[in-house]
Amino acid sequence: MAMAEAAAEPAAIADETLLQIEGLRTHFRKDGAVVRSVDGVDLRIPRGRTLAVVGESGSGKSVTSLSIMRLIPEPAGRIVGGRMLYRDRTGRLLDLARLPVSEMRRIRGGEISMIFQEPMTSLNPVFTVGDQIAEAVALHAGKDRAEARRVAVEMLRLVEIPAAERRVDEYPHQMSGGMRQRVMIALALSCRPSLLIADEPTTALDVTIQAQILDLMRRLQREIGMSMLFVTHNLGVVAEIAHEVAVMYAGRVVEQAGVEAIFAHPRHPYTEGLIACIPRLRRHAPGQQRDREPGGRRHRLVAIPGSIPSPAALPPGCAFAPRCSRAVDACRLEIPDLVEVAPGHRSRCLRWRDL
Amino acid sequence: MQTYILKRILGMAVVMLIVATISFVIVRVVPGDPAAIMLGPDASPADIADLRARLGLERPLPAQYAIFMGDLLTGDLGRSIFLDRPVVQALAERAEPTICLTVMATLVALLIGIPAGIVSAVRRGSAVDQATLGLAMLGASIPSFWLGLLFIQFFAVRLGWFPVAGYGDPGAGFLERLRHLVLPALVLGLLSSALITRFTRASMLDVLGDDYVRTGRAKGLDEWTVIMKHAFRNALIPVLTVIGLTVAVLLGGAIVTETVFGLPGVGNLVVQAVLRRDYPVIQGTLIVVAAVYVLVNLTIDLLYTVVDPRVRY
Repeated sequence: MAMAEAAAEPAAIADETLLQIEGLRTHFRKDGAVVRSVDGVDLRIPRGRTLAVVGESGSGKSVTSLSIMRLIPEPAGRIVGGRMLYRDRTGRLLDLARLPVSEMRRIRGGEISMIFQEPMTSLNPVFTVGDQIAEAVALHAGKDRAEARRVAVEMLRLVEIPAAERRVDEYPHQMSGGMRQRVMIALALSCRPSLLIADEPTTALDVTIQAQILDLMRRLQREIGMSMLFVTHNLGVVAEIAHEVAVMYAGRVVEQAGVEAIFAHPRHPYTEGLIACIPRLRRHAPGQQRDREPGGRRHRLVAIPGSIPSPAALPPGCAFAPRCSRAVDACRLEIPDLVEVAPGHRSRCLRWRDL
Repeated sequence: MQTYILKRILGMAVVMLIVATISFVIVRVVPGDPAAIMLGPDASPADIADLRARLGLERPLPAQYAIFMGDLLTGDLGRSIFLDRPVVQALAERAEPTICLTVMATLVALLIGIPAGIVSAVRRGSAVDQATLGLAMLGASIPSFWLGLLFIQFFAVRLGWFPVAGYGDPGAGFLERLRHLVLPALVLGLLSSALITRFTRASMLDVLGDDYVRTGRAKGLDEWTVIMKHAFRNALIPVLTVIGLTVAVLLGGAIVTETVFGLPGVGNLVVQAVLRRDYPVIQGTLIVVAAVYVLVNLTIDLLYTVVDPRVRY
């Protein structure tokens, strides 16, 4: 079996890497068919930095983050292969894919925390926000009730919730969506994790609140010095927050590079397409007609033709080939490898040189 | 909150007024002379006239109604014709077995229904789940008198663990009396647990997929805490309604079960009263049972505020 082979290889990761995912495969069983939601994901999360994972819905980015936490709903879903090498606080190298559940519980919330897309439903409605934060603190830091509560107030202050001493005793329904997401962040950071996984944390929020939450997360990431895995479909958010970017498509990483390199020199046609999709506001001199290119052509928003293939029916070869204007016959034969195209820049495209 | 309770108590008063009026009307709309019906075809005209006078049936209806309501307000439910004592006293004498039986049956129903529902939901689709659902289906379809007879045959006659029927000798101590209630409580409780199991299961399945359950796991909590603390507390909210209904149903079910097990409870009293056409007793029991029902409902509504902080009155 693939898992046994992977285990036989010597496990080692570079010192500056906190989590290294190799060939992660997470499959779901649905109506008798196997859905390969994540099918060979390779990711490196550097220490103290933010890696953004970008992709359309269905690209496997959320399943990847849930796999790291081992929160895939079983028995429908299962991690069927790959390694997730993680260096814990004591310096031990662990493979999260194979860690016993009891060990995993120590990691969850203690060393690796997660915040979710839906702040409105991610907090338990029948407990106060203070109790929900204190519960995690008591569990991982072994603090007594009074001490855990004190930490909860401190955390609420850290995420800039006004009147924290009072709001610690409030229930989630007494707070707005933005406030609840701050509470979720406070909860996730209450045990000073080494890695924070944020799965579209701002998608459900108003634009002005989004900017506040992003600012907050960027500040806290620097202050606490944790690594962050930021899952989003929004490249604008990526430019704001990420140091590195991994682009996912149909259950695989198709490109990973530093944030400047990705935007300046995308080396995968899919990334290129995503960047072309970002709406741009142009400045116009007075008197000039708006929304027109110099040639008089209207500037249109570009969309990538077609849609992402179902993970239950992936084409052979490059999964993006059916939508790719540059695809050649070779693209449809087998899946290209993720190759280093420049230092720290990897692409899964046969024609990266032509981009 | 206080205004809410006040409002509810006012509402209860209105409900009780309606119940009392209905029970007053029922006796009076019976075709013919109520006194003659109560005493049967062999009664002498003198006896009938005597009873009419005792029941105050000679007066005009509005006057009868005023007297009836006035008595009710002072806690006087009238006099039983056959037992020859106040209805309130007759009810009080019979209250203990019925109250104990209802409480014990409720405990049995909760202690079986809630854990079974939780396990069934957590192990959804497993053999345990299938078996639980099958048993719950069975429990919902078995009549209580039949299960009662079955239990008497097996646990009382065959195994001799519990008394066959009755409520012990007149001098029996409380524990001995409770021993007589074990089988009937099991019968009633088992049958009611079917409904509670199914509701708990459905409610748990609902909340187990909720985002905050995932948050609980993401915190590093063990499954027991996630299920019992975070999921169950939320699942309990709709289950509370069913528990309230179950208590009411158990009160009604106690009547049949008391008859099967020969228990001298309120159910037994009512059955005898119906057979003897002892209208004051029927009337009085109707009013008291309605009052208990309304009180149980109020208690459940107030419990919502304890379980769910979003409910504020």
